[in-house]
Amino acid sequence: MPMLPDSHGRFGPYGGRYVPETLMPALLELEEEYAKAKKDRRFQADLAYYLKQYVGRPTSLYRADRLTKKLGGAKIYLKREDLCHTGAHKINNAIGQVLLAMRMKKRRIIAETGAGQHGVATATAAAMFGLECEVYMGTEDMQRQALNVFRMRLLGAKVTGVDAGSRTLKDAISEAMRDWTTNVRTTHYILGSVLGAHPYPMMIRDFQAIIGKEARKQILAAEGKLPDYLVACVGGGSNSIGLFHAFLRDRKVKMIGVEAGGSGIVSGKHAARFSGGKPGVLQGTMTYLLQDENGQINLTHSVSAGLDYAAVGPEHSLYHDQGRIDYTYATDTEAMAAFDLLAQEEGIIPALESAHAIAEVIKLAPTLKKSQVIIANLSGRGDKDVQQVARMRGVEL
Amino acid sequence: MSGRLETTFQRLRDKKEKALIAYLMAGDPGLAETEQLVVALEQAGADIIELGVPFSDPIADGPVIQQAAERGLKSGTTLRKILDSVKSLRQRTEIPIVLMLYFNSIHAMGYEKFCTAAKAAGVDGLIIPDMPPDEAGPLKGPADAAGLPIIFLLAPTSTPSRRRLVAEESHGFVYYVSLTGITGAKLSNVTDIHQNVQKLKKVSASPVAVGFGVATPEDAAQVSKMADGVIVGSAIVKRIASHQQDPAMVSHVAEFVRSLKTAMAEAAR
Repeated sequence: MPMLPDSHGRFGPYGGRYVPETLMPALLELEEEYAKAKKDRRFQADLAYYLKQYVGRPTSLYRADRLTKKLGGAKIYLKREDLCHTGAHKINNAIGQVLLAMRMKKRRIIAETGAGQHGVATATAAAMFGLECEVYMGTEDMQRQALNVFRMRLLGAKVTGVDAGSRTLKDAISEAMRDWTTNVRTTHYILGSVLGAHPYPMMIRDFQAIIGKEARKQILAAEGKLPDYLVACVGGGSNSIGLFHAFLRDRKVKMIGVEAGGSGIVSGKHAARFSGGKPGVLQGTMTYLLQDENGQINLTHSVSAGLDYAAVGPEHSLYHDQGRIDYTYATDTEAMAAFDLLAQEEGIIPALESAHAIAEVIKLAPTLKKSQVIIANLSGRGDKDVQQVARMRGVEL
Repeated sequence: MSGRLETTFQRLRDKKEKALIAYLMAGDPGLAETEQLVVALEQAGADIIELGVPFSDPIADGPVIQQAAERGLKSGTTLRKILDSVKSLRQRTEIPIVLMLYFNSIHAMGYEKFCTAAKAAGVDGLIIPDMPPDEAGPLKGPADAAGLPIIFLLAPTSTPSRRRLVAEESHGFVYYVSLTGITGAKLSNVTDIHQNVQKLKKVSASPVAVGFGVATPEDAAQVSKMADGVIVGSAIVKRIASHQQDPAMVSHVAEFVRSLKTAMAEAAR
């Protein structure tokens, strides 16, 4: 398998750098600095230190016995990214990029956030290193994730609402790109998923690949063999590529990415790029997009703010075309059922994003043999969603 | 490529004048108004029209142009309809028209299909704010074949090697972005603009036009002394926005454009 991306930041036909010229020098600098950091033992040692002592890695690979029994098929393991400091895998990338920003002597950090997990992770890392931090968030998402907005503010970050377009993640990214274009000399933009222009999709994948590296070792220790299936939800696609990456060469390991099916594909209210999209360019990268015949970006819908986005990471687009990873979707209703089931069977309240992965496990496990093994990535915990779920059920807190 | 753009810059050079490039968002408030505006702005002194194609996610644009794009989309404007408008305008005017559009609009139509249709309609050049020269490969062939120049942008952050790259790849003119930021920001650091345009002119065979942040006749006069052309966008669009329901909108905007051109002419004296 060739090294991906190539020197132009391409994953086959996908990826690249579709950005205003103003940002090109910054992207080239970032690429260069990241290449140096990657080879720098000191940087790697610092990163490893903070991941262990601050984030709490390695996260456990937990055998979900009651869920396994309930579904009556394959043995189910959960990679517990929800146990990371701040409650999701997003911190793996935030710590890595803050360390990079320090190397580049950029003292101001900006980020976009959908569900708020990346915003919280970035605000956390920025606070720990004493950097100024501003987070852009769609006003619709601010409402859905009010708790995370408050958390970011507690951490000293400025949260700026974006009241344009769909008022969700897509619009927050555009606004963060505009800020970066304006303040590029002093500011580092910490993108939260494997999206945007090169080197972001590569760099963020590398920072998240630790999930799969750990899981591979852990499953070999626990089962003495590789898993049959990996399952993860796909918004931008960072937790999924993080889990999948270390297994890509293991041809027998099947991988399933679960997109947000929203109210169903026919309804048009969803964020399933591989079911309803086609390739195009959005926010710096060529990839599968939900767009109309004129190339205008469609509005998306999902109960989960973190999956509610019109594009998917470019590396996923390549694996989709190659058939290396299967992509499916779970509807809002299926995700909510999975949310309840995991809470009641395993005592784990998952993030609504991760509940999409569990929803697929609920469909898949019963079709497999008891000797088979599934690892599902539990990318985040659901505390942030509790208020929203209560609201949806008409419960006043 | 000897087209309307080149002829215009040559004619202005002969008269020792600078080009006033006026930006309009196509379809704001409707394409009929856009056509009227093109004709009226030409009469008011605009030398080149930069026609924006509304896109849902314009990352290089500030709030004024973003909102104009939203109005354009709301009025049902599509790239195909804009090309039809340019075609119909060609029966009335020979003013150079360059399209400013985001890459996905072209990608959705198809590179070849778009270039052929744009050329046939009478489009004179393309400005694609999210396509640096590094990503131009697949579009270059079809654009060259159609005889459609691609105008690249250079920024204050660009390094000398990127300056050479942009100068080499850009045809028609080079678009110098006056500030580190998005459209509609406030003009700043005029000395820097002067120095960077000088450096660019040394390596560029094409004329250099300066845009972003040029909002007043005074700005236009000042910038026109440094470059071959001045691009005014948000300041024009803002006037269209505030006169949406006003039957005198076109003449009001034309009056503003006339004041820009007058100030530039005075600066040239």
